Amino acid sequence: MTNVPTVFRREMNAYFLSPVAYVVIVVFLVVSGYFFQKALFITTEASLRYSLAISQFVLSILTPVITMRLLAEESKTGTIETLMTAPVTDFEVVFGKFLAAWGLYGVMLAPTLIYIAFLSWVGNPDIGPIISSYIGLILMGAMFVSIGLLVSSLTKNQIVAAVIGIVSLMILWVVGFYVAGTEGWFSEALKYIGTFGHWDTFTKGLVDTRDVVYYVSLTALFVFITVRVIESRKWR
Amino acid sequence: MIKVEHLTKSYANVLAVEDVSFEVGEGEIVGLLGPNGAGKTTTMRILTCFMPATSGTASVAGYDVFTDSLNVRKQIGYLPENVPLYPEMRVNEYLLFRAKLKKVPSKERNSRIQECLERCGIREVEKQIIGTLSKGYRQRVGLADTLLHDPKILILDEPTIGLDPNQIRQIRQLIKALGEKHTVLLSTHILPEVEMICGRVIIINRGKVVAMDTPSNLLTSLKGGATVHLEVAGKAERIKSALSAIPGVTKVLGSENGDINNFVVEADGDKDIREDIFKCIVKNNWILYELRREKASLEDIFHQITTQES
Repeated sequence: MTNVPTVFRREMNAYFLSPVAYVVIVVFLVVSGYFFQKALFITTEASLRYSLAISQFVLSILTPVITMRLLAEESKTGTIETLMTAPVTDFEVVFGKFLAAWGLYGVMLAPTLIYIAFLSWVGNPDIGPIISSYIGLILMGAMFVSIGLLVSSLTKNQIVAAVIGIVSLMILWVVGFYVAGTEGWFSEALKYIGTFGHWDTFTKGLVDTRDVVYYVSLTALFVFITVRVIESRKWR
Repeated sequence: MIKVEHLTKSYANVLAVEDVSFEVGEGEIVGLLGPNGAGKTTTMRILTCFMPATSGTASVAGYDVFTDSLNVRKQIGYLPENVPLYPEMRVNEYLLFRAKLKKVPSKERNSRIQECLERCGIREVEKQIIGTLSKGYRQRVGLADTLLHDPKILILDEPTIGLDPNQIRQIRQLIKALGEKHTVLLSTHILPEVEMICGRVIIINRGKVVAMDTPSNLLTSLKGGATVHLEVAGKAERIKSALSAIPGVTKVLGSENGDINNFVVEADGDKDIREDIFKCIVKNNWILYELRREKASLEDIFHQITTQES
């Protein structure tokens, strides 16, 4: 595990040495700021509920852009060879990269805390749902990042990684909607797999163990599969 | 230091390396020689634990590359082909990152980095962004990286490819100097390089070891007969027949260009026929402009060995 911080720091530096981090953060803040303002005027309600609901959609587009380069770039430029022949384990590399992308995701979210200050200035927001929403956003981010990381490990092409990542997250988002209102084990299963239902409880001010387990276990699963994909060069 | 036994690697159904065995002793500089696609890179990737072999065993510094991969990787410095680097990083940042990965103790890190910068002659670009460096400098950054943890063994895949002649010379000198402290296994398809820096050569072709010896032994073992070039003024026909009459001569090729004619004389056996040729020319009162025996180069041997079976 000693190499995780080393990998993390390199990845974090790489983000801020390339335009990707800045572009993603600016796009996110512009879009989320717009919806925050719109929601505020339409509902005249001092809450983040509506603007954060939309941000899930925005995040499922932007997170794969954050993660697209993580492993695809290493394969493309061949640096994976120098990296993997250093005395590091595959897990250390994957986990370090995961933490860096998740960290950048956190950096991207951080400026939206100003909205809370703004809401307390103009009104009297209920702080409980806001805290639970942020916990939800961070957990959801972990899962989004792990999916993006997995996709990035499967290709050498960053654009392909981003597109497949976005499509996967969109599908995960939509499956819950698709079966909304229907009954039966199949629709129950799809509802459970879809991220939307899990995210929704957080915005209502609930931190339900089931939802936490959902995000954490899927994140662990995708990180684990990514490690396996990296290892697969050894038996392919 | 490196021991490879019956190594075989196949991709899908293509055999990249087939039953390769060799050993590299401590302090040796060994050249892995072969045409493109012979299996040099694959062999090196197996030794550096980047990928495992399909069958066979290999050990580096006493550690098995399949079961003791992390320990092997601590003992080696590997420079992959084309020297992959992170273009957005500065040279010193990159080396610091690599030193951490290679677990150079934090107290020694800076002095190790400075030493490697010094040895590879890249101190002046220490703060430059790697992406802006020329190929020669990038190659040396890669070499500096391999030296960071002072590994016992250096594995260098085509270390001089894509460099200009001056840079090639510098890198070769550097590798030769490194050979005094480290065991070096390098791959190349440039033959003078091997003659210059390697103590021993392993020639592989189509995934198989076809020859393994010192460069000079390879030269003598394969040498059968000699070729002599000469330039003589006189009647071409007569010269040709006179030369053919010399004992030991198997073939005389001539080209006529006016008064002065060029000939290539081939003879068998180890006997030096230059004396006989000279006497023959003097006897006939021809004028000799040039008489030169062509030595077989490693290039000939390489060509001979690697095209034999095809």
